[in-house]
Amino acid sequence: MELHHSKHHQTYVTNLNRALESHHAAILANDIAAQIALQPVIKFNGGGHINHALFWQNLAPESDEGAKPDAAPSLVAEITKRWGSVDKFKENFSSALLGIQGSGWGWLVKEEGEGAGALRIITTQNQDPVFSGEVPIIGVDMWEHAYYLQYLNGKASYVENIWNVINWKTAEQRFLAGRADVLKGLEL
Amino acid sequence: MSSTLLRTVPALRGAIRVSGATKPAAALASTSFVRGKATLPDLSYDYGALEPHISGKIMELHHKKHHQTYVTGLNGALTTIAEAESKGDFTKAASVAPLLNFHGGGHLNHSLFWENLAPASRDGGGEPDGALKKAINEDFGSFDAFRKQMNTSLAGIQGSGWAWLVKDNQSGTLGLVTRANQDPVTGQYSPLLGIDAWEHAYYLQYENRKAEYFEAIWNVINWKTVASRFEKA
Ligand SMILES: [Fe+2]
Ligand SMILES: [Fe+2]
Repeated sequence: MELHHSKHHQTYVTNLNRALESHHAAILANDIAAQIALQPVIKFNGGGHINHALFWQNLAPESDEGAKPDAAPSLVAEITKRWGSVDKFKENFSSALLGIQGSGWGWLVKEEGEGAGALRIITTQNQDPVFSGEVPIIGVDMWEHAYYLQYLNGKASYVENIWNVINWKTAEQRFLAGRADVLKGLEL
Repeated sequence: MSSTLLRTVPALRGAIRVSGATKPAAALASTSFVRGKATLPDLSYDYGALEPHISGKIMELHHKKHHQTYVTGLNGALTTIAEAESKGDFTKAASVAPLLNFHGGGHLNHSLFWENLAPASRDGGGEPDGALKKAINEDFGSFDAFRKQMNTSLAGIQGSGWAWLVKDNQSGTLGLVTRANQDPVTGQYSPLLGIDAWEHAYYLQYENRKAEYFEAIWNVINWKTVASRFEKA
């Protein structure tokens, strides 16, 4: 957790700030080519920042009240409607996480707009952020740095154990909120 | 429309067969396949032999666990495809393509990677000589410039992947390419030297300081292997 937060997340923030500064300079210089060239860097580091910020918030110590599905009554009701039970949902989410090839994230998201409120499990590559039109509810980091020091190549154990520290209270708040509210407070 | 489509199909198929049958086989000479099954190749050095540059613990896990997972996954994908094929279920067979690419690529890449490494006390480290040295100087300016470019490529990989020194089969020149995840180097390029930039390749020893790993690995690069691939490519 310490390395993940103070080193990895910090690197995304540092590189994002640097890229945004260059981008700002490129706008002032009216340098379109430079602005375009910076897009992938901004997407990668900006995504890295947003994803990790959301991730820390949706984790909680096992002893917390919020670390149990009971803390998310309306979300659990919707999950049960969609997958049959919380256990079935966990099973589906876990197998999506283990199916990621390379680095990436798994997310429980809620649709906005058309089909609003519907829940889906999605995976994203590298640091791609969750698409617009979807509200991120629970995110799980599947980069090797997220588990390697403790679980080595045993990523299935990491996935199994992460369920003990999911912050269902945060998940419930996100489920009841809109995308803009969920992403609020993630400014640099 | 449809006649164009029909005409291009045989040509396309021919092209795929040709590119599939060219160089990679030479580079893969020592990868073992038994009765059509992929198997984990032995290393020609001990797990601890690359220390202090790559720890024995990393090498052991990387070879015995990670590479083995790709071998198992590849054999599983091949079995699924063969079964689906025998039932005429080509949709099912085609759906395995991403797994075949991932695990097949993982097996291929790691098999090439182990041979690219050698203990610093034996063939590891130093600089290439002969024709390879000449080609590197011509295409990159100098060995140092090449090393710097390769490290820049490695550092620029977003997520998991590999950087490769390759020979372009058309122009005969050397170049650098990166590949995401376990995508193999095929087709136009022959892989000469690959460096694994997945976090599992360095994390236990270097943690988030991946630049240090990319510096250290040059002490254990086996230039003899690179030179022999260069000659055969
Ligand atoms: Fe992370
Ligand atoms: Fe690897």
